[in-house]
Amino acid sequence: MQIPYTLQFINLLAALLLLIAFAMLAQRRILSLINLFAWQGALLALSTFIVAYSTNQHHLYYSAGLTLLLKVMLLPYLLHRLIHRLNVRWDVETLINIPTTMLVGIALVIFSFNLAAPISQLAEGITRGLIGIALACVLLSLLMMLTRRKAVSQVVAFLSLENGLFFAATSATQGMPLVVELGIALDVLVATFIFGVFFFQIRETFDSLDITHMEKLKDD
Amino acid sequence: MMTEYDLLFAILFQLAQLLLVVLLAPLLTGWVNQCQAWLQNRSGAGVLQPYRVLRKLFHKDAVIAHNASWLFRVTPYIVFGCMWLAAAIIPIIAVDLPFSQAADVIALVGVFALARVFISLAAMDIGTAFGSLGARREMLVSFLAEPALLMVLFTASMISHSTQLPRIVDTLAHHQFILYPSLAFAALAFVIVLLAENARIPVDNPSTHLELTMIHEAMILEYSARHLALIEWASSLKLFAYISIGIALFVPHGIAEVGNWAGLPLAIVLLLLKLMLAGAGLAVLETVMAKMRIFRAPEFLGTAFLLAVLGLLIHFLLGA
Repeated sequence: MQIPYTLQFINLLAALLLLIAFAMLAQRRILSLINLFAWQGALLALSTFIVAYSTNQHHLYYSAGLTLLLKVMLLPYLLHRLIHRLNVRWDVETLINIPTTMLVGIALVIFSFNLAAPISQLAEGITRGLIGIALACVLLSLLMMLTRRKAVSQVVAFLSLENGLFFAATSATQGMPLVVELGIALDVLVATFIFGVFFFQIRETFDSLDITHMEKLKDD
Repeated sequence: MMTEYDLLFAILFQLAQLLLVVLLAPLLTGWVNQCQAWLQNRSGAGVLQPYRVLRKLFHKDAVIAHNASWLFRVTPYIVFGCMWLAAAIIPIIAVDLPFSQAADVIALVGVFALARVFISLAAMDIGTAFGSLGARREMLVSFLAEPALLMVLFTASMISHSTQLPRIVDTLAHHQFILYPSLAFAALAFVIVLLAENARIPVDNPSTHLELTMIHEAMILEYSARHLALIEWASSLKLFAYISIGIALFVPHGIAEVGNWAGLPLAIVLLLLKLMLAGAGLAVLETVMAKMRIFRAPEFLGTAFLLAVLGLLIHFLLGA
């Protein structure tokens, strides 16, 4: 059985997305983390473009362009400026050491592949096996949010989680209506701005971006 | 009616491959060193330097420590034999060679392990501090690299439904072209394993004699003359064998098919081209990377294992 080349290429991109999710999990430096996030966005835009081309859905072209603009250029630029202004270029501190995190990550991938197997059999799109990978990306981003101490890397994890969800949407259901996608894009953008404001507030209150200090905020 | 001729040809070409490998291996090492020299703005010793070193070593008298046992004496021959055997099993120029049917990829990994066990035992046999230090480090590195290598080989085996290297090459090279995302992961993992197992730069430095960092060199410190020559030659053969495994798994196009003896000249030309590219790539990798602390090596090799397992999982999910 020969599957079409476009689908093979989407499979390859999905595998690369998973690879980048792992690379982000293992990354110690915040600058490289943001660059990886930009690469993830680029892969996402490319895969959306190919889905649009192979299923001939025009609104997906717009969402591919939107992804390219927002997630490859604007958000990484904003994050770069943010960490420049906050002057946080130090290494990211993780709660669990990185090899352990990777092992937990593998367990998560196996879990999500198993979870997605019955769903994939129901799906009828051109991209059946991809739900598992998208789910794995989402779970890996969640894991990253859990294991990081600093607020900036948690926000990058949040944004990459949204990337995973977006990939699930385009691959499984061949894209949401354009209005919904626009809404989500705007939400992510606004969220980044609000997070930026939060960073300054957190640092002003605690002299650090380490969110463990927030545990002191008790009402007694 | 052509089986007898075929068998004769097969045996002839097997012998040709054996000779080719053992003669080309030092040239590959010389090429890698020369590329590194160019990248570091040195003029370098020339690609033929390993042959000169081998000739020099074979003409010297061997010095052996007083308390060396027979193990120390036979190890160079065993290691050289293992590496040569490994290079004979891998389909380097043609798929349909008699030796390659004899052992599958798991046995191949076993052959590498046998050589490693003997060289480590010989290093500890003398009783010097460096020998046992090197042996322990070698064991640390290889016990992490071996599962990753096996996982890489299993990924290719899952795709071709066989652990025989000729079958794997046959499936990957001579059928319809398919993109395999799982093999991309396996290739990355394989590069890391290759660097670690051949004592290349991020894990070990083949040209160092700095006591704190050396692994492979520490083990062979007590060897001299013909013993050292055999071990150096075996190291070249090992690098050649690993690069050939890489070619067989990831870029097998051009290796002569079953019964297609006319494809051999093209196969040899393509092999030389691929080896040149791989050697140059290895030199670039070694130049851009810095040697890492020995305690970071487990994390580095853990990454290889992770990539290989991911490749396997992705094969299960996507079926490709």
